[in-house]
Amino acid sequence: MTSNLLEVRDLRVSFATDGGVARVLDNVNLTIGRGQIVGLVGESGCGKTTLARSILGVLPKNSARLESGTIAFDGTDLLQVDPDALAATVRGRRISFIPQDPFSSFNPVFTIGAQIMDLMKWKSPALDDAAAGGSGWLPRFYGSSRRKADHDRVLDLLRQVQLPDPEAVLKKYPHEVSGGQRQRLMIAMALLPEPKLIIADEPTTALDVTIQAQILKLLRKLATDHGISVLFTTHDLGTAWEICDSITVMYAGQEMEAASSDGFFKRPSHPYTNRLLKSLPSRDGRIAGIPGDIPGLVNPPPGCRFHPRCEFATDLCRQTRPDLTPVGAGHAVRCYHPVAEEKRHALA
Amino acid sequence: MNVDAPSAPRRTEVNAKTILDIRQLTKHFAIRNAFGFQKGVLRALDDVTFTVDKGEILGIVGESGCGKSTLGKTIMGIHPPTSGTMVFEGNDITGQTPSAARETRRHLQYSYQDPGASLDPRWKIRRSLHEPLVIHHGSLSFEEREQRVREILQAVGLPASHLDLYPHEISGGQQRRVGLARILTLQPSLIVLDEPTSGLDVSVQATILNLLLDLRKQFDLTYLFISHDLSVVRMICNRIAVMYLGKVVEFGDTEAVFETPRHPYTRSLLSAIPTIGGARVTDTFSLEGEPPNPGNLPSGCRFRNRCPRAEPRCAEIEPELRADWPGQEAACHVAT
Repeated sequence: MTSNLLEVRDLRVSFATDGGVARVLDNVNLTIGRGQIVGLVGESGCGKTTLARSILGVLPKNSARLESGTIAFDGTDLLQVDPDALAATVRGRRISFIPQDPFSSFNPVFTIGAQIMDLMKWKSPALDDAAAGGSGWLPRFYGSSRRKADHDRVLDLLRQVQLPDPEAVLKKYPHEVSGGQRQRLMIAMALLPEPKLIIADEPTTALDVTIQAQILKLLRKLATDHGISVLFTTHDLGTAWEICDSITVMYAGQEMEAASSDGFFKRPSHPYTNRLLKSLPSRDGRIAGIPGDIPGLVNPPPGCRFHPRCEFATDLCRQTRPDLTPVGAGHAVRCYHPVAEEKRHALA
Repeated sequence: MNVDAPSAPRRTEVNAKTILDIRQLTKHFAIRNAFGFQKGVLRALDDVTFTVDKGEILGIVGESGCGKSTLGKTIMGIHPPTSGTMVFEGNDITGQTPSAARETRRHLQYSYQDPGASLDPRWKIRRSLHEPLVIHHGSLSFEEREQRVREILQAVGLPASHLDLYPHEISGGQQRRVGLARILTLQPSLIVLDEPTSGLDVSVQATILNLLLDLRKQFDLTYLFISHDLSVVRMICNRIAVMYLGKVVEFGDTEAVFETPRHPYTRSLLSAIPTIGGARVTDTFSLEGEPPNPGNLPSGCRFRNRCPRAEPRCAEIEPELRADWPGQEAACHVAT
């Protein structure tokens, strides 16, 4: 057993599209330590959601293909485990998920209580692994004593996510509660199975800034209290700064830089990362964007995929992709020309 | 405090530079039950007063449901106001006849939040760009229109080859550029920009913001910039109005409001912005709860239920904007 909770190594995932095969993840590595909040940062279309879905094992079966790589969770390679066993014991139990959009993630015709209790029927931590596998098609026995215990646990967790009046919330329909409250419910539902890892897919994008601050605060507290690791995907470097212990930056299906949060914001070393930080609105007038567009993934540029937009690109960058090069303690960058100290976008 | 401050604050002052003058603008929506009987009133805009100077960028900020989009749409005449007056370039545009309103719209344009959704998916970009000219300048020939469209397209940084593409063939950032080009073909003087960068990646947002600043110079534009993103507003706006549940709670020069926020709500809002390298919001943020239902507002000050400094008088008297600070006004009894 390794010391890290999750280790993704050299993962390649491609999708069959009308235009050809798109390699959406190209030899991606990701490490999540125990109890860590890891930020997966990148612009839309960079593959962060695909990576999250690969870990959960919920890629679309008919178009996605896992070409190579390993996803070691707690020492076992999830890609080698039988899919049924994965569904019964890992997905939704050891690893749970907080979706981006709290508006469309509830069924509008059932009460919130009914939907949460339904989750407990299948994914309750009180259920042992053998029983969770179930006997296939037979209806499942859900004893009243377990139901009562589960119900109490649900109420307890709703209090932990600071929902006012949890009893009343359980009887409401999803449209009767606000967006911030729905996201709190989603966090509670992700915590209910007592997972070791929560994958949060841009959980605050749809929320207002004051509600976002409340949710980030809550997520940070609960992760610490319960000792849970969180994979936090976001396109907003500001939110990543707020809650992440370490950060991995992706661009067009390749990971570019991985570092601890402090190291990342003090010494951003990849040209793309620097450009990204310079794109943030600053207080004094003009901001520098990134010239050019994100490349298509069907025929991506060879070598480092950022080279057509990079000011430091050389022939070497156009031919072969650089390996992960350490530039500091726990700080690695995939670049032949890491940005020198004096040219960095210094922040702190 | 500046004792020599002029008696009329800049918010309400009308002078030669004023392009838009909004007085006591109020918009109420009826809340009806299933049988169509009115059972309440939603105060989307309550007594909003301010002026916009020519060439400036006025930011309207607030959280969802605070009435900032209603304000933009009421100015455009999409919603008829319940009361109040709006004077644009010297003409009263409140309750205009349709033909007069069409004349106004040549100079006053609205940029929708998601321009991708406002482009017809079955029309090529060329036809979408020609359409406003066909409506407002029907006398122009195709060649004249085409020439103007090409000029504008170049100004927003798109190649002329994009004219023959369909909306789904271009990226989100390019769709926003087309949306802007469509507005600019009419050569307006004031543009209401409703969340022009929401949903864009930061690198694309940066290019769109730079484009907006360039276009303002090139075409002599004035913007009413509606946004929930305070860091963008701080970068681009000259003055800002902070709205909470239909009321302007703070108004002033951007720097003054960001440096010394007076209203407790503005303070909370600013403290919620993640600042890279600054104090972490997860350690410092203290505002609790969510905005109340706008159909059922608390008495007195709307913010008092969540306000850390609320006093008994806040429940009784609704505070008005006070111009007690140079270049800044706040609607709060306790603000100092």
